[in-house]
Amino acid sequence: MKFQIPIGPQHPALKEPISLRMTVEGEVIRDADIRLGYNHRGVEKLAEQKNWIQNIYLMERICGICSHSHSTCYVQGVEKLMEIEPPRRGIFIRYLVSELERVHSHLLWLGVAAHEAGFDSFFMYTWRDREVVMDLLEMISGNRVHYAINTIGGVRRDLDEGQIKKIRDGIKILRERSEFYLKIGSTEPTFVGRLAGVGYLSKADAIALCAVGPTTRASGVAIDVRKDDPHAFYDEVPFDLITADTCDVLGRTVVRIKEVLESYKICEYIVDNLPAGDIAVKAPKKAKPNEVVSRYEAPRGENIHYIKANGTDKPERVKVRAPTLGNYAATVVMLRNGFIADIPLIFAAIDPCICCAERVVELVDARSGEESVVRFSDLRALAAKRRPVRSVKGNVPWPL
Amino acid sequence: MAALKTVLYLLVYPGLIFLFVYSTFAEWFDRKVYARLQNRMGPTHTGRFGLLQPIADFVKLLSKEDVVPDRADKTLFSVLPVVGLAVVITAGLLLPVWYFEGSATAMVSFSGDIIILLYLLSLPTLILFLAAWSSTNLFSTIGGTRVLTMLFGYEVPLFMSVLSPAILANSWRLSEIALFYQHRPLLILPNLLGFVVALICVQAKLERTPFDIPHAETEIVGGTFTEYSGKKLGFFRLMTDIEMVVSSGLLATVFLGGFPGGLWLGLLQFVGKTLFIIFLLSAMRAMTSRIRVDQVVHFAWRWLAPLAVLQLLIVILIKGLLL
Repeated sequence: MKFQIPIGPQHPALKEPISLRMTVEGEVIRDADIRLGYNHRGVEKLAEQKNWIQNIYLMERICGICSHSHSTCYVQGVEKLMEIEPPRRGIFIRYLVSELERVHSHLLWLGVAAHEAGFDSFFMYTWRDREVVMDLLEMISGNRVHYAINTIGGVRRDLDEGQIKKIRDGIKILRERSEFYLKIGSTEPTFVGRLAGVGYLSKADAIALCAVGPTTRASGVAIDVRKDDPHAFYDEVPFDLITADTCDVLGRTVVRIKEVLESYKICEYIVDNLPAGDIAVKAPKKAKPNEVVSRYEAPRGENIHYIKANGTDKPERVKVRAPTLGNYAATVVMLRNGFIADIPLIFAAIDPCICCAERVVELVDARSGEESVVRFSDLRALAAKRRPVRSVKGNVPWPL
Repeated sequence: MAALKTVLYLLVYPGLIFLFVYSTFAEWFDRKVYARLQNRMGPTHTGRFGLLQPIADFVKLLSKEDVVPDRADKTLFSVLPVVGLAVVITAGLLLPVWYFEGSATAMVSFSGDIIILLYLLSLPTLILFLAAWSSTNLFSTIGGTRVLTMLFGYEVPLFMSVLSPAILANSWRLSEIALFYQHRPLLILPNLLGFVVALICVQAKLERTPFDIPHAETEIVGGTFTEYSGKKLGFFRLMTDIEMVVSSGLLATVFLGGFPGGLWLGLLQFVGKTLFIIFLLSAMRAMTSRIRVDQVVHFAWRWLAPLAVLQLLIVILIKGLLL
């Protein structure tokens, strides 16, 4: 008997709204249908109305977990447009925050994956230790989520000796804990039994469907912007590209934990070789008419920003390709012929950040299923018609 | 006097009031142990050390809005929680906890009561399945089929492992089995394998991690309980708590030598031994990840059933050679 089960838009396994419609036969998934557009925020349109500096903070708010990825990707592009080069100390601090963010994002993912697999103790432990890196980030930037440390031409805050010592101590604790998690994640029998062989994505499929990030690397494809197209200082940092050839959720878990260990190496390199000097250069207000594509290896995969300038202090167009968007096509393949029990695991294994990837809203009539296109002015007129009293009240002039 | 004792037995100890109070305490203990193993605090707010938290949760659920879905079988949907609660409380009465006048007989003790107790402990599983089926929700239906699928895995090993000490004691009567092991404490040791098997099966019966598949939150929302709310959900939760106390009581009777020593010492033994078993169950819950339903059946027939058969063989050998 075939029937459809709706996962989402509201479902305990999903932290953000997305609709996955599964056609299942007993416990086996036969087909999957992903529907997006529940949380479109119009960030790209908004970016055209704000100036270069304001946009840094807007871009940071695309994502709550990899906020620094978006702002760095944007700032990299704008610096190229304005033809300025940030000082080396600024670059080092910027990518120190990047790597710490990768650590916090991967530890968060590990906890989420453990929770989806029903391993709540692992979840509690990883999130407890994630606090260490969150505290480091707060110490460096002053914030836990939206660090706001980037500025065009460098960073906004410097590091002192005391902070560097604290970073070293924090990384020492984190490395010890991450090695323990690597041991648990790859040997705990119930956890491994749950992850191994689940969500198979072959190497050929991963390439054909343009998957990105740890999802692809777990299928044995060695792609990483930090290695393939080293931005900033990544060509001089010694670190390894982590891949796995199991092509399943277990591989994705192992790849992420090992990547965290590589990030500690990079962080230690940064604090050991932190050059002296300024942290930022002064940036011009306007950029010459030009266009640029900026690539950045976010924790979830390759993040691409396309920025077009028209000679004013505002961008003509900013296009964001968040890494999650690149992984959706592969997710459908991974879900097919899996079990219902594995849906949350497989979906969580791409580390989805749904709101980052929303680009459009589709209007579908709930009863007939018909799709329609409505202009924004029509929507406003419709709203005014439905709430005539309130809009009139809002326009009443002050009587005195 | 006898009538008063019967009333006391039914209502106070080990009847309704004791089971209610002790099962909420057991839930608190389970939550606290689970939380401490996860580096959390667990309940702290209501009562001293959060001791009253489970009762507060129960009262809160009783006062909540009670929704019955339109398409559900309304009679079945409403009756099942009460029936389930009644079944597990009845099962609780069969535990040999209070010895009258020093004679080794529980109030409701007869030859074959171990079978009745096992049967009464199997009923909640069927009740959960019926509850899931009658609520007609898609997620409930999947949860219900998972309940039954799991039943086929753990039920046979559980029966075999619980009955092998009975075979060694040569009795189908719980109080006699307990008495047998009180007189020969060393014979508890050969049953250790069966104890481990029974512990895992009880964990599966109570649907706790790694066997919390029928109500796996991240997969099928509330699973069996998706449509249940208010009083009915409260009763189901109380049912699970009492089931936990009764099944750990059963394991303590059969494997750990029961609860001798009259009213007060017996009560102390009951609390100590059941808490020990609940502690083991909580630790198992904290240390494992949820497995898939096909893995449960596979695991049960690949490992648990053969081990239970091995336990039977050991018991038969000991009985033939030593006794």
